[in-house]
Amino acid sequence: MAMAETPSIAVCPACVAIPTDLIKSAGEARSERSRRIELSLPTIHCAACISGVETSLSKLPEIEGARVNLTRKRVTITVKDIPGIETYLIDLLTSWGYPAKELDSAALDQEMVDKAGRDLLARLAVSGFAMMNVMLLSFSVWGGAEGATRELMHWISAVIALPTVAFAGVPFYKNAWTALRVGRLNMDVPISLALILASAVSLMETIEGGDHAYFDAALSLTFFLLLGRYLDHRTRVVARSAAVELAALEVHRAERINADGTREIVPMDALREGDMIAVAAGARIPVDGVVTSGRSELDPSMLTGETMPEAVEPGTSVIAGMLNLTGALVVRTEGLGEDTLLQQITRLVESAEASKNKYTSLAEKAATVYAPLVHILSAAAFLFWGFYSGDWRLAVNIAAAVLIITCPCALGLAVPAVLTAASGRLFRNGVLLKEGIALERLAEVDTVVFDKGGTLTTGKPQLMNGPAVSAQDMAVAVAMAQGSAHPMSKAIGEFGKAAGIVPATLTDIIEEPGMGTRAVLDGEEVRLGRAVWCGVESHDVAQSASWLRIGTAAPIVLLFEDTMRPEAAETIAALLDDGVDVQILSGDVPKPVEDAAERLGVKTWIAEATPADKVAVLKRLADDDHKVLMVGDGLNDAAALAGAYVSISLASAVDASRVSADLILVGDDLSQVSKSLRLARVAKRRIIENFAIAAVYNLIAVPIALMGFATPLMAALAMSASSITVSLNAIRLGRK
Amino acid sequence: MNILTILIPISLGLGSVGLLAFFWMMRHNQYDDPDGNANRILSDRFDDVPDGDTDEAP
Repeated sequence: MAMAETPSIAVCPACVAIPTDLIKSAGEARSERSRRIELSLPTIHCAACISGVETSLSKLPEIEGARVNLTRKRVTITVKDIPGIETYLIDLLTSWGYPAKELDSAALDQEMVDKAGRDLLARLAVSGFAMMNVMLLSFSVWGGAEGATRELMHWISAVIALPTVAFAGVPFYKNAWTALRVGRLNMDVPISLALILASAVSLMETIEGGDHAYFDAALSLTFFLLLGRYLDHRTRVVARSAAVELAALEVHRAERINADGTREIVPMDALREGDMIAVAAGARIPVDGVVTSGRSELDPSMLTGETMPEAVEPGTSVIAGMLNLTGALVVRTEGLGEDTLLQQITRLVESAEASKNKYTSLAEKAATVYAPLVHILSAAAFLFWGFYSGDWRLAVNIAAAVLIITCPCALGLAVPAVLTAASGRLFRNGVLLKEGIALERLAEVDTVVFDKGGTLTTGKPQLMNGPAVSAQDMAVAVAMAQGSAHPMSKAIGEFGKAAGIVPATLTDIIEEPGMGTRAVLDGEEVRLGRAVWCGVESHDVAQSASWLRIGTAAPIVLLFEDTMRPEAAETIAALLDDGVDVQILSGDVPKPVEDAAERLGVKTWIAEATPADKVAVLKRLADDDHKVLMVGDGLNDAAALAGAYVSISLASAVDASRVSADLILVGDDLSQVSKSLRLARVAKRRIIENFAIAAVYNLIAVPIALMGFATPLMAALAMSASSITVSLNAIRLGRK
Repeated sequence: MNILTILIPISLGLGSVGLLAFFWMMRHNQYDDPDGNANRILSDRFDDVPDGDTDEAP
């Protein structure tokens, strides 16, 4: 399931986000027996890396072609279809100094050529070309050209502008039509109206040989608005392809034991009910099923939040996602019923999403105020001037001027420019923003709820009562723990190293998977492991623990607790400083949760929360008018993440949680929670500033237009100046 | 002012060349790997099969 290491994300907002699957077609053309493999190479960075990887790979007989993409830090290899070739290539590349990780090609195929992006870019290019040329022609008109020269300029402008407005404005016309058909107004209605009216009025003026043609204004309007749309689109594409890559880093495979005893690595979707799966110690259980042979302990923290390992033996049911700690297991695959944990969680996620209120973005709020106002102003100007002067041509002219000058050119850029700058900065910090609107919601957060296991803690146990145990006993424990891969044994070893304890001399050390270790010390039997293993009948220890029994002496208890992330305390302190309330909501038993809360200075904590409890707690907070940010990673958090006002999951989280969350900490750095919160607040302030800037320009220009003094030069100046100011204000966010 | 009848078509023509070149680049996936392209030019190895051209030109 989820990888423990930091996954690499090879796409960045600075790169053009047009994914492609070009090598696939080339591979298919060659032979049916060849296959395409994508490997992520996080460390490649230079020309020597490219040619090193490509030439060395091409020399191998199995390989038909290799192509590095440095922007995405990937290599695409066309290779003969030999079983196990991926592992071979990964080991090979790692030995050359390029640590490689496999990407799931099936998941990557989802990121197809971004057609919508190309379409927008083409329209943007055409309108940019037309705008610059028409502006150039307009200079002579602004400079006072008259008579035949002015008419020539107007005609050439018309020839360039009319087809461009018709072609480049299509996205606006479509949106406006969709809104009008259901009787609603959106930002695209005044935009479309302004474009069409300005072009029509200008054409009329040109035919009549009049003074004012607004071709340049119509084109720059189109260009700036398309720029906003494109930025918006690209932010989304970059986030989506980064999320796809994150998902592709998990290659879903299992080791199947066939009827004849042979073992074979197969993709997950090839598994059938009743298949036997081998699970090595240290690996995650790939499927729901029943253990048929082997003994071990499983760490369920990803699923339930509990850190206490569960013992399993033949006959025990296991759930996909649990980490196998000690011994190798064979699991028989069971069909997915209605009542598996995953199904329950999926249903909870769905209901949590459905009950979530629709969020109205700042841009939508602005549009609901703005769109009617513009239409009323423009219609009023038209009627007033028509009746007042009796000159209806003048009235149309003024109405068009009002529409063009008030048109939300800067408004169209105000939000996308800020979101692009902000998501770019977040990305550099290792935070993936899946949707722009989530940033606005993040800015309003007043309560942060953290999951404990895996989020505030690293999921690695730490020996808590080491100093309370006598040095002699500890020396035995350290000696027993040596050589075992069990996380608790490792914790004992670490404590011993830190405390400078010399391991006692033992003989006949034997590890019993799922139970513990036994050895001989001076002729006496020593046991370290689970309570049952050491002969403890009953106890009242409610946290992760191991027992040590030396000879016939009473067993000594060793208590363990999850290690806190080093940045957790500072993150929570920063959040409290910012006036945000912090709570802990965990599925673990009360004691460790209380300890963690105390150490981090968190007053409110809830333990033993089931996934449904978590959703209920968030619902209650929301009912009390709190805007809650949920931070979590386990499967038990998925529904809470989906139901929260805004949510953050970790890159190491399970699939379901990453899908439900609005932001992902790709860098696995918890301190980014408080930093992202601050950035979101600044971003929201910038958006509001941008609206204010646009409004100020309108306040100055609209009265002039209403009085009929507006000229094309003025429209061009107001529009460019406001768009540039707004963009610059947004860019400030990216550099700091 | 008659010179305008020559100059304006020339300037528009040059602009169109740029626009068409941009379209060509976009359709041939020239922007897929900008970092790679910047680095590949430093290498002596002749890149005889630039994969960008094998894609279908829409």
